[in-house]
Amino acid sequence: MTINQISVFLENKSGRLADVTKVLADGEINLRAMTIADTADFGILRLVVNNPDKAARILEENGFTIRITKVLGIEIDDKPGGLHKIMELFKENGLNIEYLYASLENKNQKAVVIFKVEDVKLGIKIIENNSLVAISGNEL
Amino acid sequence: MIWNPDAEKADRKDMRQHQIQSLRNLVEMVYNQVPFYKKKFDDAGVKPEDIKTLEDIQKLPFTTKNDMRETYPYGLVASSQAEIVEVHASSGTTGTPVVDAYTEKDIDIWSDAMARTLAMAGATPKDVIQNAYGYGLFTGGLGVHYGTRRLGAQIVPISAGNTAKQIAVMKDFGTTILTCTPSYSLFLAEAAKDMGVDFRDLPLKAGCFGAEPWSNNMRQEIEDKLNLSAHDIYGLTEIIGPGVASECDAKNGLHINEDYFYPEIINPDTGEVLPEGEKGELVFTTLTRTGTPIIRYRTRDITYLFRDKCSCGRTTIKMHRLYGRNDDMMIIRGVNVFPSQIENILVNIEGTEPHYQIILTRGEKHLDEIEIQVEVEESIFSDETRVMENLRNKISETIKSKLGINGIIKLVEPRTIVRSEGKAKRVIDNRIL
Repeated sequence: MTINQISVFLENKSGRLADVTKVLADGEINLRAMTIADTADFGILRLVVNNPDKAARILEENGFTIRITKVLGIEIDDKPGGLHKIMELFKENGLNIEYLYASLENKNQKAVVIFKVEDVKLGIKIIENNSLVAISGNEL
Repeated sequence: MIWNPDAEKADRKDMRQHQIQSLRNLVEMVYNQVPFYKKKFDDAGVKPEDIKTLEDIQKLPFTTKNDMRETYPYGLVASSQAEIVEVHASSGTTGTPVVDAYTEKDIDIWSDAMARTLAMAGATPKDVIQNAYGYGLFTGGLGVHYGTRRLGAQIVPISAGNTAKQIAVMKDFGTTILTCTPSYSLFLAEAAKDMGVDFRDLPLKAGCFGAEPWSNNMRQEIEDKLNLSAHDIYGLTEIIGPGVASECDAKNGLHINEDYFYPEIINPDTGEVLPEGEKGELVFTTLTRTGTPIIRYRTRDITYLFRDKCSCGRTTIKMHRLYGRNDDMMIIRGVNVFPSQIENILVNIEGTEPHYQIILTRGEKHLDEIEIQVEVEESIFSDETRVMENLRNKISETIKSKLGINGIIKLVEPRTIVRSEGKAKRVIDNRIL
């Protein structure tokens, strides 16, 4: 039901992102989704990959500070109001979102939004009670 | 003008006679009045009657900053509560400050030593002295104040800060002598320029600058920009405050007020006393103080002692301008900070042993900047920027409230900080003094 997202701490200096992508490429890791949150001095790269355990291990071996976080991937109807429907459900249930970013489903190219929520258990309950489609890391 | 020719132009033999007599009295007094010293002397197997010549001072144990902290607040005071008239303290950034309690006699010594210091920079009773050292527990403000009063000059007790007002006062009151930290003098120069004030139009003639490290290059810059003669002054709370030593017009070493403060240079590793001319750690004994007399205080400052036939006519022993310190204490905008204090704050916030590095620079405005780079370990890493920014702000606020310095906190990747043989170099000092 949840996705193991890998976050990597990056200083804002040139070539750092390339260093990460090289480690992942050499390790034959496939990137499914990614986003960077940046501040003036540093950035936090968030990744969804096909093999999070291996990706985490090789990044650590190469000296990166990483963190594995459980996030939710939810399929969104590809039409106006698709995301809004989910937002309304979260709002009704009092579920706070820390951040979100969008991706595409691998098989049928449907839109998927990845949510980091304050309360993962509550998020799963909302998915189940409303018959939403949760996507695993491999399906992205 | 030589303020106290009896002392400052004393014959060598007379000075030594005064020093040995004072030392004998001092040792007798602290042995009987201060249990801390009695125990130290007993442990070292030395009795007051063993001190017969000046060289016998080497039999006495050293006093350290740590001794002063452990006896906080009044454990080293040799006079009764009724005789203490004033108290000062070091910045006390570790939580336990160093306390200096003064008797009326100590204030008299201080006033005389500071009158000598100001006179050495050219002050006379006709001068207007703008004192931009901080007033309060810090010794700088009141030390200059007492010296100015003793000298009979006019004091402008403006204290530190409020730069625009400093410039206005300087202009309106006709300041002739400025006292502040050397970096603040350059800051004033920049501010004056912005305000359209030209120092060549002001009657300033001299400055007494101390409380932080500076160099001859910086002196040149100060003299050019402020159009005055810049004098180095040296002192420390543990001994009395400013007034321990200062430069005359020759600007070749600092004359030590050796009738009050007896200097030695030791090998910091062995404690062995080194001959004149050899570089080592500076040690002071307060020969005549009665409030907080100090025996052989290890200053951690590195310099050497020498005598020359000074063109000013003074015969007192000199110390070369400081070369640095033999501990890791940093002086940032006049505030004393040890890397261990920053480390403690990081440990408390992070809950683990931090990898960090301190980078000191002196910026365009000539003020010290401190950047603290902290490696982001997994224990403190979060996928949320808010959490990371909160962490950074917390470090910065804690350093500000506990140490009184504004640091720039930079979160860096692991292993950014170069480790040599597994041990990181904690402080990179890029300040060009």
